[in-house]
Parts: sequence; C-alpha cells; structure tokens
Amino acid sequence: MSDKIFRSLLLVSALILLLIFAGMFFSLSKGAVPAFREFGFFGFIFSDKWISGTGQSTEQYGALAFIAGTLMTSILALLICLPFSLPVAFFVGEYFRGKKVAGILGGIVDLLAGIPSIVYGLWGFYALRPLIQSLGLSEQGFGVLTSSLVLAIMIIPYAASLSAEFIRMVPQELKEGAYSLGATRAEVIRNIIFPTSFSGIFSAYVLALGRAIGETMAVTMLIGNTSRIPRGLMDTGNTMASIIANQFGEADGLKLSSLIAIGLLLFLITAIVNFLGRLMIKRHSV
Amino acid sequence: MSSLKYRLFKNKLLTLSVVIFSALTAVPLVLIIGKVFLKGWRQINWDFFTKTTPTTLDALLAINNNQPIPGGIANGIVGTLMMVLVASVIAIPLGVMCGIYLSENRKTKFSTVVRFLTDLLQGTPSIILGIIAYLWVVIPLKGYSALAGSVALAIMMLPLIVRSTEETMNLLPASLKEAGLALGSPYRSVVLKVLLPSAFGGVFTGILLAVSRVIGETAPLMLTALGATTIQWDITKPASAVSLLIWEFYNDPNLQSMIWSASLFLLLLVLSLNILAKQLAKKWRI
Repeated sequence: MSDKIFRSLLLVSALILLLIFAGMFFSLSKGAVPAFREFGFFGFIFSDKWISGTGQSTEQYGALAFIAGTLMTSILALLICLPFSLPVAFFVGEYFRGKKVAGILGGIVDLLAGIPSIVYGLWGFYALRPLIQSLGLSEQGFGVLTSSLVLAIMIIPYAASLSAEFIRMVPQELKEGAYSLGATRAEVIRNIIFPTSFSGIFSAYVLALGRAIGETMAVTMLIGNTSRIPRGLMDTGNTMASIIANQFGEADGLKLSSLIAIGLLLFLITAIVNFLGRLMIKRHSV
Repeated sequence: MSSLKYRLFKNKLLTLSVVIFSALTAVPLVLIIGKVFLKGWRQINWDFFTKTTPTTLDALLAINNNQPIPGGIANGIVGTLMMVLVASVIAIPLGVMCGIYLSENRKTKFSTVVRFLTDLLQGTPSIILGIIAYLWVVIPLKGYSALAGSVALAIMMLPLIVRSTEETMNLLPASLKEAGLALGSPYRSVVLKVLLPSAFGGVFTGILLAVSRVIGETAPLMLTALGATTIQWDITKPASAVSLLIWEFYNDPNLQSMIWSASLFLLLLVLSLNILAKQLAKKWRI
C-alpha cells in the first residue's frame, strides 16, 4: 500500500513541474491580456512607442524597441564571444584534452559562469565604460556595444564547455584515419573534427544565445535605458529584460500589463531558442 | 596540394592562435576578481558583517567628516541566507523526487515531456521568475515578501536539482536495485535507502550548484523581496539580500564605497560554493 503512495508521490512531483511550467505560461498570458486588448497582439509587438503618459489617453506601449535591443545585444555578444569560446573549446576538447592545463583553463572559464550578473554589471560600469569613453567610442560609455562586450564574457563558459564536449565526442578512429593519411592537426580539425561536431557546436551557441537574450542585471546597468530602437552599436537602448527590471517596480495598470506582456514574449523567445538548441543536441547525439 | 612547409606553418599558426585566444579568455576573470578584491577588501571588518546598512544621511555625514561609512550588510546576509534556505526547503524535496521519477520511468512519453520542460525552465531568464513570483505570491499576499523571493529562487533551483538527481541515478547499476528488490524490501525502501544514498554525492553537488546559482541573483528579488533596511526574520515581510544591497549602493551616490565590499563578499561566497561543489563532484564520482 505505502509503495503505491510512494509511487504516486513521485508522479505528483513530476506533475508539479509540468504544472509550474504551464502555470507560468498561463499567468503571464493572463497578465498580458489588458495590454494585448488595448493595442492588439501584433500592434503591441510591432510598435516601437513606449510612452507612459500621465493621463490614460497618452499612454502608449509597444515591444518593438526592446525586441530590437535584445536581438542587437545578444547577437553582437554571440559574435564577440565566438573567437574566444571556440579556441577554448578546442584547447580543452582537443589540443590539451585530458591534460592538467585543460582542466585549469576549463575551471577558470567555468568560474566565469559563477560570477553574479550584478558584479559583471559593476565591472562593466566602473572598468569597461571608462575604457570605452576614453577610446572616444561614445560620450557616456553606455550602449549596445558595452552591454554586448560584457554579455560576451558572460556566455563564453556556456558556449565553450558544451562545444568542448561535442569536440571530445568525435570518434578517435576518424581522426586517426586522417592522421594516417598524413594530415596535419589543423587539417584534421578543419576536415574531420569541425564537420563532425558542427551541429553540436552550433547547438551550444544557440543555447548561449538563449542565455544572452535573458540576461538582466548587467545589461540593465550598461545599456543606458532609453526606450527606443538603438540607432547603432554606440547608441543606448533597452532590452526586454532590462525594461522589466527598470520599470516593473513603479508600474501599475496598463503599463504593468505591458511589462508582463514583454515578459511573456521574452519567455516564449527563450523557450523557442532553448527548444531548438536542445532538439539539435538530441539529433546530434543520436 | 600546397607544399608541406606551408601546411606545417598553417598547423603551427592554428595551434598558436588557439593557445593565445584561450589564454585571453582567462583575462576577464582575473580583471573582475582583481578589481572587486582591490576596491573591496578595505571596508570589510567586523561591523561589516554585524551592522545593518546605514541611511544615506549617515553615510553623507561620515563622508563629510572624512570617516569610513558606518554600518554593514547584516540585513542583506540574513535576507540572502533566509531566502535561499526557504527556497531550498521548497526545491530540494520536489526536485529530488522529480529526478527519481524521471530516472525510474526513463522511456515514457510523459517523462520525455517533463525532461524537456525542465530543460526549458533552466533556460528561462531569472527576471521572468521574478514576474511569476510577483503574480503568484506578491499579489495574493498583498505585499512584497521574502517568501515571494524564495519562490522565485526555488523555481530557478528546481531544474538543476532535477537533472543532477536524474543523471546520477541513471549512472547507478541496475543490479543495485535488483538486489534490493530481490531481498524483498519494498520499492520505497529500495529507492530511499539504497538508490538515493548511493547517488548522494551527485545529488548533493547538484544542490550546491543550484544554491550557488541563485545566491547571487538580483533581478527576481527586485520584483519580489524588494529590500529592507533592518534585519527581517519574518518571511511574509520584505527582506533585503546582499545582491539587492549592491543594487541599492549602486543607485545611491553616498553609499558607493560599500559597493565593492558587498560585491567581494558575494563573489567569494558564490565562487567558493561553486568550487566546493566541483571538488566534491570529482571526489564523489560514481
């Protein structure tokens, strides 16, 4: 009898997880309804106006500026992180595989993932921003580029450690076959390892992109918080996460609903990105 | 085919650039930890751990009199520990049970769905969990509270605990379970007294990693726990956290000098938990 209870307890715990996820989707959707009703679903997504007027009549909210800001910062971060995380992946997964140096570098890069987002933000604000100012890239030092640089550092560990795993999984016989034909290591990497592990590495970067999209504190402290589409890499803006962090506390009514609607969109976008990434990993490992 | 010399040159060039770019990746970690350490260690003393945060006015007076700012971050430390503790009480039993379920029912459709949702939950931005806890706890309780913060952190911890429990349980040999069942012990004792203790190392490191991941979180707490200037033991009242204090110091020009010491404390806490978890994982590998 009590075995039955135990088994159902296990089942219930799995069901709770399912319910949490479904409940999150439901609550966000419910909270977003007033905003969507006022501006229309697509009207809300494709409007770049974010005006919190004093009277009801002047209020106008849309998500486009923040979607643009999110895409710009996260894609730029991905591009910046690429030339660093890929070498780390090959360093750990191929060149010094199993050696002590690889363990040390892997450990150091993993520690980057442990640093709290707010500390990254502080470092970006007090160390990176003055550097950008002194280089004359932008007057205040805030903006898309500054945020992307810090984001890039933050996602390196995610991209690198997963890629290294896929690089390690390339069958030894394939590599040895190429070596026996006289290929150099660079040629083995280019013609054997990279093509074989490509879909895995690609999925690692998709998951890293998901991280960058949802990152909040560091971006909030560095992007400059202006509610419009950034006009360039040096311009200020806001991401979906940073507008929520900035304005949620003082919001009510239609504005609160609009922020929840942005939360819903962010939830859906990261869920889709993660879904695709996980799907590719599954395909790759089969 | 190009000449052997050229091919060997290309090979060396690739090796060299992999090593150089990998080494460069370690630089940000050194820079960030170095900056936080150099600027933060001076403020750390006994008062820092035992006193609560000063008001802006007190800080301003101290600055004008050229004295160190009085007070510390005791309210933040208590708040962080309390919220993480409550979150653990929620997330650990639920996560471990769900992990056991997934490991015991590996191939069912339901398990595949739950497993996938767990992965998606792990990729969900922390700010979204802040909104969720706001909708689920802050609104029904009609006020910000430490409990709301704990709920957000618990949802964040869940996927890590579920997957680490599941993966460790999957590694256990089937004979272990069979031997237990063959002795006639009921299913629940086999799971709780044989399988779970054998998997303890992996489960425990999973929990430690989950704690180290949420202990530095800021964004979800901004929407839920709000912050408090005094030590608060009541979980239905707003509470502070070390990360929230850093955010407050950052926004208050008079408290700037406390930013770094609070960051140093948080950084050391998170990184030592992180390193401890990984060392234990190595030691307890099945």
